[in-house]
Amino acid sequence: MSSRLDEAMRFHQTALNTRAYRQQVIASNIANADTPNYKARDVDFREALKGALAGKSGNLALNTTSARHLAAAGTSPLEASLKFRNDQQGAVDGNTVNMDVERSAFAENAVQYQASVTFINGLITGMQRAIQGQ
Amino acid sequence: MSMMNVFQVAGSALHAQSTRLNATASNLANADSITSSNGQPYKAKQVVFAATPMGAPAAQGVRVKQVVESAAPMRMVYDPKSPAANGEGYVTMPNVNVVEEMTNMISASRAYQTNAEVMGTAKTLMERTLAIGQ
Repeated sequence: MSSRLDEAMRFHQTALNTRAYRQQVIASNIANADTPNYKARDVDFREALKGALAGKSGNLALNTTSARHLAAAGTSPLEASLKFRNDQQGAVDGNTVNMDVERSAFAENAVQYQASVTFINGLITGMQRAIQGQ
Repeated sequence: MSMMNVFQVAGSALHAQSTRLNATASNLANADSITSSNGQPYKAKQVVFAATPMGAPAAQGVRVKQVVESAAPMRMVYDPKSPAANGEGYVTMPNVNVVEEMTNMISASRAYQTNAEVMGTAKTLMERTLAIGQ
């Protein structure tokens, strides 16, 4: 039964983790809005979630042809989904942070994070009801 | 806990921006200081930012890499009555550009506000996460 509970929670837990990761990446972009030569990055959410759910170890994993080959850990699926933003209006100092884009992405991601939390809360409430039988 | 890194990233940005604000205040205060502790006219100071990893590779904070003295030419003012005047009657004034410093100040305070907001959002999200299942 505990594995069933785990299974039910797993999707939303992974989604929440990916949202937290993206929040951190966008916070880095906002913090570095005035840093010369900083390139803005973002997470490809679909790819990151898919990779994390499949338990992939990222794009850098080694293909092995023999059982005796050492396996490389590669990067985590979250890090593999990190991409640079396309430059819309480049600054002279080589910085590619667009504050409007970053702020809206930050606000949007915060709302999505709260939505994930709400889904988890709903799941827990539903399970508690089922357990109590009321 | 990637959400905890958001606090570190935003905190480093707050520190860097307040250092920049400090330099601006110093420049504006000394816009007319014809001598300083080393006997030379005051030179405008500018901070240089650099991105620095905070906890995780995706969390890039900011640090003040160095404080450089402005390479702009010194302002020469004709004032033969001044004790600091040279043989031709010119006084060497600091190379502080007041207009530039004012825009720098506005930019630093806006960036400070944005990062404080980022911190506030991260705090709200953390509180929501801690309240899961209650």
